[in-house]
This record gives sequence, C-alpha cells and structure tokens, in this order.
Amino acid sequence: MSSMEISNLTKEKLKNMIAEGKRFDSRGLLDLRDVEISYGVSKKAEGSARVKIGKTEVVVGVKLQTGEPYPDSPDKGNLMASGDLLPLASPRFESGPPGFNAIELPRLIDRAIRASGMIDFSKLVIKKGELVWTVIIDIYPINDDGNLIDAASMGAVAALKQTVFPETDKDGKINYEKRTSKKLPLSKEISPISFSFFKLGDSIILDPTREEEEACDARITFGISKWNGQYMLNSCQKKGEAPLTQEDVAKMMDIIPKKFEELIKKLETFIS
Amino acid sequence: MKNEINEAHEAFEENSSSDSKRKIVVPGEVIVKGEDYLPGEGTRREGESIVASKFGLAEEAGRVVKLIPIFGAFIPRRNNVIIGRVSDITHAGWLVDIDSASSSFLPIEESPRFINRNEMDQYLAVGDVISAKIWTVKGKGIDLTLKGKGLGKLENGFIFRIIPSRVPRVIGREGSMVNLIKERTGCNITVGQNGWIWVKGPSIEAEIKARKAIELVADKVYIMGLTEKVEEWFQENE
Repeated sequence: MSSMEISNLTKEKLKNMIAEGKRFDSRGLLDLRDVEISYGVSKKAEGSARVKIGKTEVVVGVKLQTGEPYPDSPDKGNLMASGDLLPLASPRFESGPPGFNAIELPRLIDRAIRASGMIDFSKLVIKKGELVWTVIIDIYPINDDGNLIDAASMGAVAALKQTVFPETDKDGKINYEKRTSKKLPLSKEISPISFSFFKLGDSIILDPTREEEEACDARITFGISKWNGQYMLNSCQKKGEAPLTQEDVAKMMDIIPKKFEELIKKLETFIS
Repeated sequence: MKNEINEAHEAFEENSSSDSKRKIVVPGEVIVKGEDYLPGEGTRREGESIVASKFGLAEEAGRVVKLIPIFGAFIPRRNNVIIGRVSDITHAGWLVDIDSASSSFLPIEESPRFINRNEMDQYLAVGDVISAKIWTVKGKGIDLTLKGKGLGKLENGFIFRIIPSRVPRVIGREGSMVNLIKERTGCNITVGQNGWIWVKGPSIEAEIKARKAIELVADKVYIMGLTEKVEEWFQENE
C-alpha cells in the first residue's frame, strides 16, 4: 500500500548532514558497518552463508546440479544467480513478478563472480559437450537496511567457498543426502567483493542505511578482485539519474584498494 | 526475535523488584487465572484464564488485564495525531501516506485557510510532511484534517520511524519521556501515533542526539524505570 518514498524534509536534512561529513549513526562517510558471516545455515544447500551488515541480513545458498552445457561453451560449466526481494525483508518489497531491483541484484552478483574468474568453469565438466555441473546461487534478503548488493555478493562468495559436491553414483544420479569432501574448483587467491558507492549532493558515501540509500541521487557498483597483487575491476553498473564526474570516479578508485584490504581482513576472520 | 525475547525476559527479571505488576508474555501464555478478571486489549478469555494474544507486557489494572504489544502495526483511531507524507494530489485534496493499511485523504476543505484548487501544490507538494489529525476512519479509507492546534505542514528538521506500538513508551507518562529528551537536546519533537517522529533542533548534533535517545527508548521498551536510564544515558553522552 504505502509507497515508502523518502520525504523532502529527510532528504534535504541528509544532504546537509552528508555535506558536513556527518551521519545519523555517527559513522564517517566511507566507514563500513560491522560485518558478520555465519556458515551452514541451510542443510539442503551444498553451501550456504548468512551475512549481516548492521541490520541488513542476507542468506545465500549454493546448489549444484548436472545439466547440458550451453552450445557456445561445451567445455565449461554453468553459473546461475537468482534472487528474490522477499516482502518479509522490507515493507518496500511486494510479492509478484520481479521488479527492476529484483532482476538487477542477482545479475550484479553473477557478473562480479563470473568476470573475476573465481570459479574455474572448465573443471566443472563431467563429459565434454554433454554433461556439466551447474552452480546455482540463490539470494534471499532477510532484512533490508541498505547496501543489499554488497551484502549479497559477500554472502555469495562466502557460500561458494564452503560448497562441496554431493555424491554421484555410477549412473550419474546425484544423491543430495550425502556429501563428498570435494570442494568447488575455486581460485585460491581471487575473491571478488562488490563495492557500491552512492552519491548524494556532491558527496560520496559507502555502505548506506536504507534511508540514506533512498535519499541518494546515483549509485555505482564495482566488482573488484585482486589478482597477482593487482586490483581488477571486473564489473560496473550505474543507477540513478545524477551524473558522476571524472573526479568522482577517480576518488572512488583511490578509495577501493584501502577498503578492499580492510574488508578482506575482516572477512578472513570468519573463514573457518 | 528469539534473542529479543530472551533479552526481554532477562531485562525484566533484573527489574522485576521495582515493578512487579508488569509481566512479559508470549501469545498463548496464561496471564492470570480466575473468573474475577476481565480480558482487555490484546488478551482473550479461554475457559477460566486470561490468555495473551500478542507478545508484550501484561498489566493488571484493577480487574481488567491489559497488554501492551512490543511489535505491532498502527491501528488508526479518530483524533489520533499522526505524521504523514503527501504522496499524491487529486482534484479534491491530497493523498497522504501514513504507514497504515488503508489509504488516507486530506480534503482541500480541511486545510486551515482557503486554497485555490489550481495552486494546491504550492501549499502541499508531493513529498512534503504534515502533522494531521484523523477525522474519520471508514471502510473506504481515512479522512484527515489540518484544523487544530499544532497541525500543518512541517518545515525543516527531519522525520524517522519507530515501531508504532512503542509510541506510548516514547511519549511516556503524561509526556515525561519526550519532554525529557526535548529538554536535554533543545529539540522540537512531534511524535505521531503512527510511529513517525519529527525532530527539529538548533544544530545537527542535537538532532542526532535526540534521534539516538528516541531510538534507545524504542529499543528498550521492556525495561522498567526507563526515564532514569535515559537520564543516565544523557549524562554519559554529555
């Protein structure tokens, strides 16, 4: 029923506050909220993780199934990311056909992971041109308090790292009840992280809460990974009407390495 | 949720000596037994006992057993003062978003002064925030009015939301809690019954502090003697 859009008053106030470098939760403009990751939240999934960033909470599950490869890549496994903005996560989400945001979220995760080369798809082939493994990432937001994309991408990467293959018998039938100890063929050094920068007025903020996100004029999401000591920009998507200047983007590029290291260090403490 | 219940119970046990009349209950829990009692809001009678139908604080007020829910949506009632956001303009008035299940409407006749139908957006534009009173609650929707003291368009400051069922705690007994926060921060605060709160203060710092204090109160609803706790909090965060 309610449109849940931000009021003119709050938007104006946030604009003034951000311009002065202040936020309601006393963070700096580029400070991240506390991240918490727990594993094994779903018994049915081959790998799963729950990510909490402040009050934002996302559950990600990874399922594996066999299937035919795509005709253009007979020697590669498949990756599918899907997500749903459940009405339980926010009063802003409605049930029904997926809207723009519900389509965008899994697409961004898919691209950030696929382009980073984290998964070695050639090792997912069972029989070339006939049978390959398909990795399915399911994203379920439990609570939306802003920065859902970054939370979901962290969850997806964390869940992939925990994923183990189920047992298969001689006929190629999968027994999901039993798990092997064989993990997904992942690159050891690459772990992509997505960073969403939000522009409000002339300022750039990271990790906004829901109300800050609503007040923002533009968003740009980068999929970043580190390979061979270099930071790689794997994907990029902009949303919103406000333009970004060259200086804005240059500033973001300066921020990314610092925040990447900070976040990687934080995430490593959760890896069991 | 489960943690919240545990926390609530712990906090309650710590404070139970100060006020033994209130009790944390979960739906289905028997509050009191006996034919003498009457079920009040949020409770029902099941045979001999009075049973809670919501998660909240149960209280005996004489023979009546009342329950203050900890979670809950806003149920509009006549004469409630609410804060809403103008979401659309029609030929006869404004549509106002007040976080309620049914839509609410502010007719053009209910504005305090005469407004030309062609210039409605100059008085209230889409996205503007108003403090209004509920005039009627009907099946087809809610009618609002701006005629009354302290009602009208809100200028400057900002709004944020809390869970509507916690509004009584934020206001406090005869406004004690909200007055304390107003006094300590120097902010102007209006609490809408629908859980929307408007804050306008002398500086951004004061406004942030007022918001934090209100969120603290809304977070710790189940603690007894909350006014003293907030007083302490203000002293710590001088």
